[in-house]
Amino acid sequence: MTTMSSAEPTRRDFLYIATASVAAFGAAATLVPLIAQMNPDASTIAAGAPIEVDLTPIADGQVIKVFWRGKPIYVNHRTKKQIEEAQNVDVAKLPDPQPDSARVKPGHDQWQVLIGICTHLGCIPIAHQGPYDGYFCPCHGSVYDTSGRIRQGPAPLNLALPPYEFLSDTKIRIG
Amino acid sequence: MSGHPTYQPQSAFMRWMERRLPIGGLIYSSFVVYPTPRNLNYWWTFGGILAFMLGVQIVTGVVLAMHYTPQVDFAFDSVERIMRDVNYGWLLRYLHATGASMFFLAAYIHMFRGMYYGSYKDPREVLWILGVILLLLMIITGFMGYVLPWGQMSFWAATVITNLFSAIPLVGEPIVTWLWGGYAVGNPTLNRFYSLHYLLPFVIVGVVVLHIWALHVAGQNNPTGVEPKSEEDTVAFTPYATIKDSFLLAVFCILFAWFVFYIPNFLLAPDNYIPANPAVTPTHIVPEWYYLPFYAILRAIPNKLFGVMALGASILILAFLPWLDTSKVRSARYRPLYRQFFWVFVIVCVGLGWLGGKPPEGNYVLIARIFTVYYFAFFLVILPVLGKVERTKPLPNSISESVLREGKPIGAQAPPPAGAKV
Repeated sequence: MTTMSSAEPTRRDFLYIATASVAAFGAAATLVPLIAQMNPDASTIAAGAPIEVDLTPIADGQVIKVFWRGKPIYVNHRTKKQIEEAQNVDVAKLPDPQPDSARVKPGHDQWQVLIGICTHLGCIPIAHQGPYDGYFCPCHGSVYDTSGRIRQGPAPLNLALPPYEFLSDTKIRIG
Repeated sequence: MSGHPTYQPQSAFMRWMERRLPIGGLIYSSFVVYPTPRNLNYWWTFGGILAFMLGVQIVTGVVLAMHYTPQVDFAFDSVERIMRDVNYGWLLRYLHATGASMFFLAAYIHMFRGMYYGSYKDPREVLWILGVILLLLMIITGFMGYVLPWGQMSFWAATVITNLFSAIPLVGEPIVTWLWGGYAVGNPTLNRFYSLHYLLPFVIVGVVVLHIWALHVAGQNNPTGVEPKSEEDTVAFTPYATIKDSFLLAVFCILFAWFVFYIPNFLLAPDNYIPANPAVTPTHIVPEWYYLPFYAILRAIPNKLFGVMALGASILILAFLPWLDTSKVRSARYRPLYRQFFWVFVIVCVGLGWLGGKPPEGNYVLIARIFTVYYFAFFLVILPVLGKVERTKPLPNSISESVLREGKPIGAQAPPPAGAKV
């Protein structure tokens, strides 16, 4: 028996909704591998294992660049003057307030390790440039100080810090 | 109008075919007897030029793909091999690289024409929006193509543009990693860009078909903005529009050939002949000229998130143009105030292009900010208000009246159209 406009759901309505639900779920499930394949693959993740860096050859005031996970990591052996400049700053006035002590490991004030990627659009800032003797990004003019904190320009955040630890006084492991 | 109003196949084969797949009749009705307004000027020939340029890019691109290697260690060298070793490789690559510039040049002229003559207004809103979608697809395709030679500019363009997504709160960083397929721009990024750079032109072809379909439903606009009313107002597409399109296409090809054969590197950045180096950013990075106005808007805003939003909005706002312009009169010929604001808008767009190539400092930033404000104010303030307050000039009664009698009425004077202030 059929009615032209039955307010009661029929068994056929149930079948329509059930079929459409299964199809929608199937389509959504198919998207999972199609989207997931674009994320870093197993070999890329494996190649991102931690690296060790020997600090002994880095002279006072020298900055070296090492690569971890395809990102340049700056290891800056800061001079006394640079450390003082980084510490004697009114933190509250910074765009991204952070004291210098939060950006180095305790007892290792002279070693500053950071990811050398501008937080604006990903260019590589140049070390020992700009008015604060820190880092200067040539792309859009962001200026960072010797602690890697943003001071001028369009970048919203301080230069990011990689996960790292001191294995001894002269060796660090990044990652 | 000459010719038969309906298609009558001449050969036995075409008669056989017509009963099975009436493609002859479709071409005949769309590109032979199709009525076009008799007053179309040369600004209306850029649609045909764009179709031609799309064809050039696909043909040269498919051929280049036969010699190119999408792998970070070989990509740069394979492009150099195309330039030096492949037979006519230099010609094919210069045609493709310069062709992208010519494609965008024609697209921008095509869009400014649409804006000047109000071609986006009722009933052509969907036609216009399909055009905005085409522009967006062209921008994405062009950007991905620029990455493929894997020079310094390729690498850093890929880095900077994908990093635009990192401005999105919370999900920004995972999205960027997903786009890269790694922790930085690398081989997976190059591979997927190559795949998509090959795919998207065919998506463009599909949207172009919709664009032409929508055009043939609404009919072409014309310099008066008055719809054709009688057979006297139109001429057949062939030979009239075909010849006009062909002539300007030939002129356009002279410009194209001049770039390709005499100054092929004029529009390319010298830094892109340095192999990609993830450790060093070039001191002055700029995109290709056709992205510079949008790039200037991005840099004019001192906040990362808002800068990226302004960049996106500057393109998406075009899709809303049919509703932001409140004037009932289409053509700028009869809108004396709109015409002035329009030309200021053109100068602002070109000016933003110039500023996008300058370093982001001092007065350049200041001017870029003023121009950015005008760019958005044109759409969001000037156009909505102008439609309400502007005194437009009287419209001609018909196209033929405006072109055959120099604007003097044919027969009795008709009342002005609704919405026009006389």
